[in-house]
Amino acid sequence: MRKRLATTLAALGFLATASACGDSTTGAQGIYMLLDTSGTYSVELQKAQQVISAILTKLGPGDSFAVARIDTGSFSEKDIVARVTLDDRPSVANRQKRAFLLQVRRFVRELKPAAYTDITGGVLQATEYLDEKRASRKVIVIYSDLKEDLAKGYLRKNLRFKLDGYRVVALNVTKLRTDNFDPRLYMGRLKLWQGRVRQGGGEWKVINNLENLAELMPE
Amino acid sequence: MSFDKVFLLVPNPVVSGMIWFVILSVFLYMARLPAQRMILALAGALYRGFRIASKSILRAERSFSLRNREVLFAHGRDQKEREIAREFERIDAAVQRELGEVPALSRRVNEEITRAQEDHAKSGEVPPSPPGWIDAVKAVAKIDSRGEPVVGKILEVIHGSLVKAQAAATEEYRKATQARHKHLSAMMPRIRKLDQTLGQVDANVNTLLDKSKLIDRHMGHYESILRQSDAAMRALATSAFTYFAIAALVLTIAIFGAGINFRLIARPMAEMVGGNVIVGGLRVSEVGALVIILLEVFMGVFLMEALRITNLFPVIGSLKDSTRVKLAWACLFLLTMFACIEAGLALMREILVRDEAATNAFLRGGSAAAIAASRESFRWMTTAAQMGLGFFLPFVLAVVAIPLETFMHTGRVVFGTGVAAGMRATAALLRILGSITRALGTMLVHLYDMAAAPWLTVEWLVRRRLPAAAGGPAWKLRKDLDAHFEKEAA
Repeated sequence: MRKRLATTLAALGFLATASACGDSTTGAQGIYMLLDTSGTYSVELQKAQQVISAILTKLGPGDSFAVARIDTGSFSEKDIVARVTLDDRPSVANRQKRAFLLQVRRFVRELKPAAYTDITGGVLQATEYLDEKRASRKVIVIYSDLKEDLAKGYLRKNLRFKLDGYRVVALNVTKLRTDNFDPRLYMGRLKLWQGRVRQGGGEWKVINNLENLAELMPE
Repeated sequence: MSFDKVFLLVPNPVVSGMIWFVILSVFLYMARLPAQRMILALAGALYRGFRIASKSILRAERSFSLRNREVLFAHGRDQKEREIAREFERIDAAVQRELGEVPALSRRVNEEITRAQEDHAKSGEVPPSPPGWIDAVKAVAKIDSRGEPVVGKILEVIHGSLVKAQAAATEEYRKATQARHKHLSAMMPRIRKLDQTLGQVDANVNTLLDKSKLIDRHMGHYESILRQSDAAMRALATSAFTYFAIAALVLTIAIFGAGINFRLIARPMAEMVGGNVIVGGLRVSEVGALVIILLEVFMGVFLMEALRITNLFPVIGSLKDSTRVKLAWACLFLLTMFACIEAGLALMREILVRDEAATNAFLRGGSAAAIAASRESFRWMTTAAQMGLGFFLPFVLAVVAIPLETFMHTGRVVFGTGVAAGMRATAALLRILGSITRALGTMLVHLYDMAAAPWLTVEWLVRRRLPAAAGGPAWKLRKDLDAHFEKEAA
């Protein structure tokens, strides 16, 4: 507390000049969560609600949060299930959080599994959304088994992401039946996505234990 | 080229080492005079440099201490003048209050004395003497009445009349005595009242005398400050250190109080100014809370100035009394407004905390209403406590002006004394360094001689056989050097 007070007092002197110069920033963060709704993964979505609740608990005024589904073609705003930018006022922000969670619950209840999984399109949509928000910290959460399955006509090959300043977290990457036969498939998927994210300039992280959600948004 | 190739002049390393020693000692012997002169010159230069630096610092310290002394006396004089002025104001008030009643008291005393005198005069009146015909009646009563019934009857009548007159006189005497006693009884409370009144006058006068003694003591201190005596300076310095420590302690506590206040209002400020814009590493709501707290402190400072409790801004103290009083009221009003705002913010904080708890419970999947209701029974206590803190902390912070003034005034003295002590320590350290450098120089010269000892011994043996003048200028220089060493050693 003492350190905080000292910082506070020191900042006061700075305040006059800083405010005069317009040197103000929003410390807001933006989080975009992609939910895999493919047939093999849709059973995991009940757990996703807990993750969304945990993220909402950590969000503060000014932060943006969107939840989108990954389906056949995810590079579309129509796939955004719920989105919110929390108000400056804490009381309004609390109301927004409650409304957001209700929207997600309704989505999970009424969900129909998708035939294909367009993760690349989802990530592109996420970068577009978060770039618009101009958040100082941007996180894309991919809640999926990372098995991309594109429908005919959807071209995603050799698409490079622009992920400078992004943290991409793969959450609950479940192992498929084929992975059990050949674990190299699982590791190959992880390596592929890690490579794509790092190639785009982003930070890559995998969290499979949902008890470690604190690592999702480190202080 | 390796070290071995350079070092090993012959295959045997011991022999090589000895050859090297001989070469080096010969070189050292040959270069002895200029080398030792250089060492001594360098040591001397460093020694003189340190000495000069030490003296300069001591000179600066003296002037700094003198300035400190002036500041200390000026502050002490100012403080004492204020104390004396306040004592005079108190005496003036006491004179107005206590000696202003003296004419009334005097009148009351005179009245009581007059009444007592009257009572005394009345109590001194004698009862009327018995009638003058008593002797005649006594003579008639002695007449022999035997055989003279008429005379006997007359005598009986006379006797009866006499007894009646006696009884009447006795009764009248008793009444007169009773009346005297009444007067005397009435005198007692008046005398007591007189005693009380005089006692009060005496107490008032004694109070004034005590106050005058206090002023005498203050004046004694003041004169000693004006004389700038060492005793006064020591007393002032000791007081300054004590007050500085106390003020620092109180200010530290006040800072913690301000911290609590900050925590209390920073969160609800987000409801008013928003919570996500960051300026200089702080959220705007935190900056807003800080500004409110500092404004409260400023209001407190101005209030104390307007009440002439502190004297940080002489301009305020020298304002017209009416303006000053208006300023004090304005500051008090604003301070109260801030206190009310803070109480409101504290209430808002409690509401926000409840709302957040309910939201978190909802996010965790519980029933927000149930959780909120379960805590409702004791929430009012924390709400009341927070609102109370929010209301009273601004007034507590307002009083910070008093220790702040003491801290500022005594801080100058404490800082000055600390700097002077630091300068003295530096000067002493430089002197020590100078002495060490000189000793090192001498030591190096002796070490040099130790390295060239074999050739010096040969030289000494040769010198013993030659006359003193035979050596020429080189011998003379060496002799000078030896004299220098002897002087150094002494």
